[in-house]
Amino acid sequence: MTTLAPEPTSPAPQGRKPSSGRGSSRLATVLKARETGILLALIAFLAVTTAINPRFVFSTDGFRDLFLTPSILVVLAVGQAMVIITRNVDLSVGSILGLTAYLAGRLFLDTGLPILVVVLLAILAGAVLGLVNGLLVAFARVPALVITLGTLYVYRGIYLQWAGSDRINASDIPDGLLSFGTSSLLGIPRLAIVSFVVLAIAAYWMRTSRGGRELYAIGSDPAAATLYGLKDKQRILTAFAASGALAGLAGILYVSRYGTISSGVGFGIELEAVGAAVIGGVAIFGGSGTVVGAAIGAYLLTSIDRGLPILGIPDFWQRAVVGLLILGAIVLDKVLAERQHKKLLAERHRS
Amino acid sequence: MSAPSTQAAPKTPAGAGTTTTRSYADSSRPLALRLLLTRDAAVLGLLAAVVAYALVMVPNFDSQLTIYFLVLDIAPILLIALPMTLVIVTGEIDLSVASIVAVTSVLFGVLTREGAPIALAAVLAVVAGALAGAVNGLLVTRLGLPSLAVTIGTLALYRGVAVGLLGTTAITDWPETWTDAVTATFGESQIPVIVVPLAVAAVLFGLLLHFTSFGRGLFAIGLSSESARFSGVDVERTKLLAFVLTGLVSGIAGVYFTLRYGSSRGDNATGMELQVIAAVLLGGVSIFGGRGAIPGVLGGVLLIGVIGSALRLDGQSANVIQIVTGVLLVASVVSAALLGWLSRRVRRRPPTAAEAAPPAVPTAGGM
Amino acid sequence: MPSPTAPALRLHEVSKSFGSVVALRSGSLSVDAGSIHALVGENGAGKSTLVKIIAGLYRRDGGVVEFQGQAVDFRSTAEAKAAGIAVIYQEPTLFPDLSVTENLFMGRQPTSRWGRIDRRAMRAEAERLFARLGVDVDPDRPADGLSIADQQIIEIAKALSLDARVLVMDEPTAALSGNEVDRLMTVARTLRDSGCAVVFISHRFDEVFALCDTITVMRDGSYVSTDAVADVTVEEIVRRLVGREVTDLYPKQDAEIGEVLLEVTGLTQPGLFTDIDLTVRAGEIVGLAGLVGAGRSEVAQAVFGVDEYAAGEVRLGGERVPPRDPVRAMDLGLALVPEDRRRHGLVLDAPISRNITLATRGRLSRGGLLTSRRENATAKEWAARLEVKAAAMDTLAGTLSGGNQQKVVLAKWLSTAPKVLIIDEPTRGIDVGTKAEVHRLLSSLAAEGMGILMISSELPEVLGMADRVVVLCEGRKTAELSRADATPESVMTAATAAGQEKAS
Repeated sequence: MTTLAPEPTSPAPQGRKPSSGRGSSRLATVLKARETGILLALIAFLAVTTAINPRFVFSTDGFRDLFLTPSILVVLAVGQAMVIITRNVDLSVGSILGLTAYLAGRLFLDTGLPILVVVLLAILAGAVLGLVNGLLVAFARVPALVITLGTLYVYRGIYLQWAGSDRINASDIPDGLLSFGTSSLLGIPRLAIVSFVVLAIAAYWMRTSRGGRELYAIGSDPAAATLYGLKDKQRILTAFAASGALAGLAGILYVSRYGTISSGVGFGIELEAVGAAVIGGVAIFGGSGTVVGAAIGAYLLTSIDRGLPILGIPDFWQRAVVGLLILGAIVLDKVLAERQHKKLLAERHRS
Repeated sequence: MSAPSTQAAPKTPAGAGTTTTRSYADSSRPLALRLLLTRDAAVLGLLAAVVAYALVMVPNFDSQLTIYFLVLDIAPILLIALPMTLVIVTGEIDLSVASIVAVTSVLFGVLTREGAPIALAAVLAVVAGALAGAVNGLLVTRLGLPSLAVTIGTLALYRGVAVGLLGTTAITDWPETWTDAVTATFGESQIPVIVVPLAVAAVLFGLLLHFTSFGRGLFAIGLSSESARFSGVDVERTKLLAFVLTGLVSGIAGVYFTLRYGSSRGDNATGMELQVIAAVLLGGVSIFGGRGAIPGVLGGVLLIGVIGSALRLDGQSANVIQIVTGVLLVASVVSAALLGWLSRRVRRRPPTAAEAAPPAVPTAGGM
Repeated sequence: MPSPTAPALRLHEVSKSFGSVVALRSGSLSVDAGSIHALVGENGAGKSTLVKIIAGLYRRDGGVVEFQGQAVDFRSTAEAKAAGIAVIYQEPTLFPDLSVTENLFMGRQPTSRWGRIDRRAMRAEAERLFARLGVDVDPDRPADGLSIADQQIIEIAKALSLDARVLVMDEPTAALSGNEVDRLMTVARTLRDSGCAVVFISHRFDEVFALCDTITVMRDGSYVSTDAVADVTVEEIVRRLVGREVTDLYPKQDAEIGEVLLEVTGLTQPGLFTDIDLTVRAGEIVGLAGLVGAGRSEVAQAVFGVDEYAAGEVRLGGERVPPRDPVRAMDLGLALVPEDRRRHGLVLDAPISRNITLATRGRLSRGGLLTSRRENATAKEWAARLEVKAAAMDTLAGTLSGGNQQKVVLAKWLSTAPKVLIIDEPTRGIDVGTKAEVHRLLSSLAAEGMGILMISSELPEVLGMADRVVVLCEGRKTAELSRADATPESVMTAATAAGQEKAS
C-alpha cells in the first residue's frame, strides 16, 4: 500500500513578514469596504439632485426630509440585516409594523396609558411576534422564507381582522407623540435621531460582542456553527426577536410620523427592507455585510424615491429604479466576491 | 449495507457480460403505502375533508356559483403554481411572478390602446412575460446569482415598469367578446369553460415534471446540482427553461387577469407571488428543492381556494382567509419537519450529515 | 485525579452498532502523552467510528473509555472538547466569511469589560499560536480560499489554544501535497514534544513509519495489534490489515490494443494544467499518476467538459469534443466516474434506479416520455450485472456502502455504452472485496475493447492495472511510461520531478 509521496523537503518558511504600516492598511480597509461604495453612490445621487434643485437638500423641508423619511426604513433594515446575516430572512416585518402600530393606536384610544408605556408595549409586542418566527425557524428547522411568509399572512390577517373597518386618526394619538414625530433637535428630526441610536447600538453589538460575531458565524456556515458548539438556536431567536422589536419600534415611529393608521400600513415594506439590506452589501446567504451598510441602503432607496422627480423621472418609475438598484447591487457583490476569491486563490498558488 | 468487508472478498467475476443473478424489487414498500404516505396524499386528503365539511356545514357551498367563482379566482394562481413548482424543485425561487402578471397586463392594455389587434397584443404580452422570465433565468444561471435576491430585484423592477407605464390610471375599455370568453360557462351550467385549458396545463406540466427526461433533470438538480452536472444534465439550460416557462405562464395569467377583471392596471395581482408560493409549498414541494409533485400542488391551490370560498360563504372576511392561509403554510412545513424528526427518532439512526461532523459518512455500515 | 502514569487516552473493547449493522465490534487503543500513535486499517475497519466516539459525536454501546486515567462518557463534542480532546478532520469546517483569527476564537473570544471582544488580544494570541506551530498564516485574511492544509493548521492551532491533551488527526494527509504533508508532520512533532498525545490516522505507510512511535492495527471493526513502529515492517502491517496475503489483487487481462479513441492535445488551463497530451487506445488502460494536487482530476474533468480549459483540443474517435459540453461528450462516447462520489457521482437522496438512469434518461424516453417502469428495467439489469447489494430499486443511493455506491456510479456510466471510460480513483473508500471486483471489471471492459483512463493515487493500483502510465507533476506531463518501464521508482521520480527542479 505504498502511495505517492515526495521526499521530505525543508519545512515551510518560519516566522511572519513584518506587517506593513497599520494605519494605512486600516484606511485602505475603510476605502475598500462595501459600505463606502454605497455611501459614495448616495452622496453622488444627492449631489446631482441638489445641483439640479438645491432645495432638495438646502431648504428646511428638504434637509429635514433627508433624514426624516428614511428613519422608519432604516430601523427595519437594521433588524432585517441582523436576520439575513444569519442566513435567514424576515418577511413578516411589514405585518408586524402594521399590527404594532394599530396596537399602539388602540392603547392610546382605549386606555390612558402613558406614551412611554405604550411605546414599550409596542416594542415588546413586536419582539414577541419576532420570537414566534424565531422559535419556528430555530426548532422546526424550516427555512425562514417559508415561516415568515406564513406569519406575514397571519399577522396581517390578525391586524386587519382586529381593526375591521376602523381607522385610527391623528386626533386619537397623544400630541406628545405626534409632536415628537415632527420636531427636531439641533436641526435633526427626532425620529432620525432614534434611528441613529438604534443603528449605533446594533452596529456596536454586531461588531464587538460574541453574540454579534456568532450571528455572522451561523450565517457563514450553519453546520460549522453547530460543530463549534455555538448556541445557534438561541442566537437565531435573538436575531428574529430583535427584528420583531425593531419592527415594533418602526410601528411607533409610523404612528408618531403620520398619526393615521389605515389598513395599508406596512404593506410591502418587507421587500424594501430586504432590498435596502441587499443594496447595502448584506449577502442574501448570510455571513457578511453590516447593519451600517443596510442603513445606507435604506437612505439610498428613500432618497431615490424622493429625488426621481427632480431628475425628471416621474415618481411612478421609482420602484423600477429600486429594482435596478437591487440587481445592480447583487451583480456588483458577485463580481467583487469573485475577484476576491480569485485573488485569495492566486495568493495561495504563489506561496 | 453489508457487514464489514473482507468476507465478501473473492466473488464471481462482475464483468459487463455476466449473466444476471441478482434480482431487485421496484420498491421496498408496498404500492399502497407509497401512495398514501406522501405529502400529496396528505394535502389531497385534507382538501377532501375540507370540501366534505363545507358541503355539510356551509350554506350554498354546493351551488354551482361557488365553483364558478372558485375556478375564476384561483385560475391565475393555479396556472403560475405549475411552472413555479418546476423552479422550486430545482432549488430556486421566483418572487417576480405577480409583477410579471402586472407588467404583461399593462403591456396588453397599452398595446391595445395604441391600436394593436387584441390577439396580437395578447401574444406580445405573453412573449414579454417569457422574456421577463428569461431575464430572471439568465441572471441566475449565467451570473450565478441567488434567485431569491434576483427576483426580489425584478419583483420591484417589473412592478415598477408596470406602474411607470400607466401610473395610477387604468385601461378598462375591453371588447365584450373577449371578456365574456374568459368568463364563459358550459351551456346553462355555471362551470366555467376555462377549466379545460387549466386541466390541460396541469396535465402538461405533470407530464413534463414526472414523465420526461427534462423533469428528471429538474429533480436531480434540486437534490445535487453538482452530481446532475457530472451526469450530463445541462443545469444552466434546465434552470433557464424553468424560469422562462414561469415568465411565459405568468404572461398568460396577466392576459387572463386583465380580461377577467376588464382592467389593465399597474397594481394588478399585487402580492400574488406569495399566494402562489404558499400554494406550492402547501402542496408538499420542498423549498430546499428536489421534492414535490404536481398533484400535491393542485391540492395546495385548491385547498387555499376552497377554504377561501367556504369562509367567504360562511360570512367571514378576507382577513380570516389570510390567517388560515398563513397558519396552513406554517403548519405544513412544520409538520413535515416534525414527521421527519419523529421517524428519525423511531428508527434511531446515527446522526444525519447535518448533525454529524462534515467528513462523517453516516451510511450504516460503510465507514 | 489524572494519574501521571496512566495513558492519556485508553479505549478498551469499545463497540458501536447502528441498527443491525455493527460498525465497531471491539475497538481498543492506548495512547501515551508525548507520543504519536498511528491507527491503521482498511476502509470499513471501524477507525472512523472509533474516532467519532472519542470526539463525543457517537456514544458507545459498550466498552471502556478512559481519559488521563479517568473513565469518561462524552455525550457531545463540546464535552470531549472541554475535557481536552481535539479531532482534526480531513476537511475542516471553517467560517469562510470570517477572518482566520475569528475562526480560531469563535464562541470563546477574549472579552474585556461589558462583554466587548478584545480584538487586539485575540489577534496577538493568534500570532503567538502560529509562531509556536512554526507556520506562516495571515491571521487577518478570511478563511475563504485557504488550502485544506492551512485549514487543518487552523484547527490544530485552535486545539492548541484550547490546551488539548489528545489530538486525533483523521486522515489529515489524504488531500495534501508533499510540502504540506511535511509541514503537518513537523507540527505533529512539535505537539508531541510539548506533551500532547497524538493519534494519526493514515493510509500512507511511508508517513506512518516516518512520523509515529506506535502503531495500532484494526480490521473488521476489531483490534488486531499494537507495536512500536521500530519493531514491525510495512509488509507485516499490510498482512495484518488485510488478514491474508495480498496476492492477485490486480487481475490484469491481456487485451488487444486497437486504434486511438481518445486524443488530447495541448490541453491548458492556467494555474491548473499546462500543455497536456494524452491518448487512449481501444482495449488499453492508461494510468494517470501523480501526487494529489498535480492536476489529474482537473484534466479529467476538463476532458469530459464539466470544467473549462483555455487551450487545447479533445478528440474522441476522430471527432472533436467541444469544451464545456458534457452532454455532447457523452453522446460521442465519453464517460467520467468522478473522484468525489458523494458530491459529483451520485444524487444521494435519489433512488438507485434514478441514479443509474440519470445519464441515459434521454435515450430511455419514448416519444419524449419516460416512465419509472422503463427506468427500473434498465436499472435492474445494470445493478444485477455489477452485483449492487440492495433490496429494492427505490433504496436511496446515500444509504449504500461506499463500494455499492461506486457500483451504482459505474452502472450509470456503463449503461451509456461509452467508448472511453475515465475513472478517477476507482477504489477510494471501498472495501477490499469490492476493490477486487472493480479491478476485474475494468480489466474485462478493456478486454472488450473499451479505452480506460484511470486516475489513481495508489501506486500498486496504477502499476498493476495500467498498460501505460502518464505521470503529471504540478500540472505538467513529466513522463509517459510503458507497462514494462513503470516501476515505483520511475513513476515517483516523474511525479516529483518538477518540484525538485524548482527547489534546486
